[in-house]
Amino acid sequence: MAGAKEIRTKIKSIQNTQKITKAMQMVAASKMRRAQERMNQARPYAGKMRNVMAHLAQANLEYKHSYTKTREVKRVGFIVVSSDRGLCGGLNINLFRQVINAMTEWRDKGIDIDVTIIGSKGLGFFKRLGVNIVSEAAHLGDKPQLAELIGAMKIMMDAFTDGRIDRLFLAHNGFVTTMTQQPRVDQLIPVAASEPDERLEQHWDYLYEPDAREVVDALMMRYIESLIYRGVVENIACEMAARMVAMKSASDNAGSLIDELQLVYNKARQAAITQEISEIVGGAAAV
Amino acid sequence: MANTIKVDIVSAEEEVWSGEGTMVFAPAEMGEIGIAPQHAPLLTRLKAGEVRVQQESGEEEFFFVSGGMLEVQGHLVTVLSDTALRAHDLDEAAALEAQRRAEQAMSDRSSEMDLAKAKAELIQAAAQLRAIQKLRGRGRG
Repeated sequence: MAGAKEIRTKIKSIQNTQKITKAMQMVAASKMRRAQERMNQARPYAGKMRNVMAHLAQANLEYKHSYTKTREVKRVGFIVVSSDRGLCGGLNINLFRQVINAMTEWRDKGIDIDVTIIGSKGLGFFKRLGVNIVSEAAHLGDKPQLAELIGAMKIMMDAFTDGRIDRLFLAHNGFVTTMTQQPRVDQLIPVAASEPDERLEQHWDYLYEPDAREVVDALMMRYIESLIYRGVVENIACEMAARMVAMKSASDNAGSLIDELQLVYNKARQAAITQEISEIVGGAAAV
Repeated sequence: MANTIKVDIVSAEEEVWSGEGTMVFAPAEMGEIGIAPQHAPLLTRLKAGEVRVQQESGEEEFFFVSGGMLEVQGHLVTVLSDTALRAHDLDEAAALEAQRRAEQAMSDRSSEMDLAKAKAELIQAAAQLRAIQKLRGRGRG
């Protein structure tokens, strides 16, 4: 009977694990919905910002911001957005792999790399990799606020302005559907030229207050920040989706494991009973 | 006739308000400005203060902004509101803080990283060391 008892405790322990993974799955599902909402809420700002940038591209501006100029590349910067917590399948690793591929390409050309990390998983990984981390922002929680990111972002943007880096990339997971997340490495600075708005007439310019330079500087900074913020929010939605899927498959695996063990347990129990009966019958026959 | 102007107020974290107004007042950096329909294209920074939108019904909507940008494009007023208080010193301090954290994370191996990971690394490093020693021994022998 000892075998049967062992199997029973094993089943119990797997059942407990299954309860936990199920709970985590449900928590992730509800958090994902909220993260998706936040992602949608951030959309209007990014959209409006893009419109203004497109208008600006068309205005006859005497001042061109440094973020719009392409320079010869001597050093590049990466902003890597990762999750704060694990148990979300291959989400972070898939992204890191892509980042490393991109980094290797630059390294092969003899170009050095600076990295800004958002999220503690990335911090642990890239620290072990031995890359030069210039700033970080971790433990943002499920509701990241732009204010918490300003510092980390400013380091990179200043580095570009001062000419310490010549390209800036943003690496994050893009939310495609609940089941698929797409790791992406996009170029942030120099900014890609915006599509001109067809409806506007040619040859005009804004009135600027206080002056063009300051206004465009402030606008450009907010534009980049909004892109990064969007990446962070999107990454959280991805994290929750990935965790939900990972926990669902963990629960399913636990379920099938329990079924198998239950079968083994039943067999062991049946065998024990059969043995007992044959012993009794044998004993009775001997008397 | 166009006697109203479309107003969109958005912040990075959410859409605040969107609608039509007959007049918009905003705290521009050089002083409060009023924007009527058909205003010339304008791009300005905002300081902390309130944005008021007068509606056709005569009602007024108030919004607090802690700074941001305002764009006027003839038919459209866009207020890109900041969600955080921004000032050059504040940003600078936040940047220094982020840098300090990164440096600390780079140098301080025990905090932040869980013990298990550190142990795994130690084991790996020890194994590598042994392998190197073995190779060296073989090279000599």
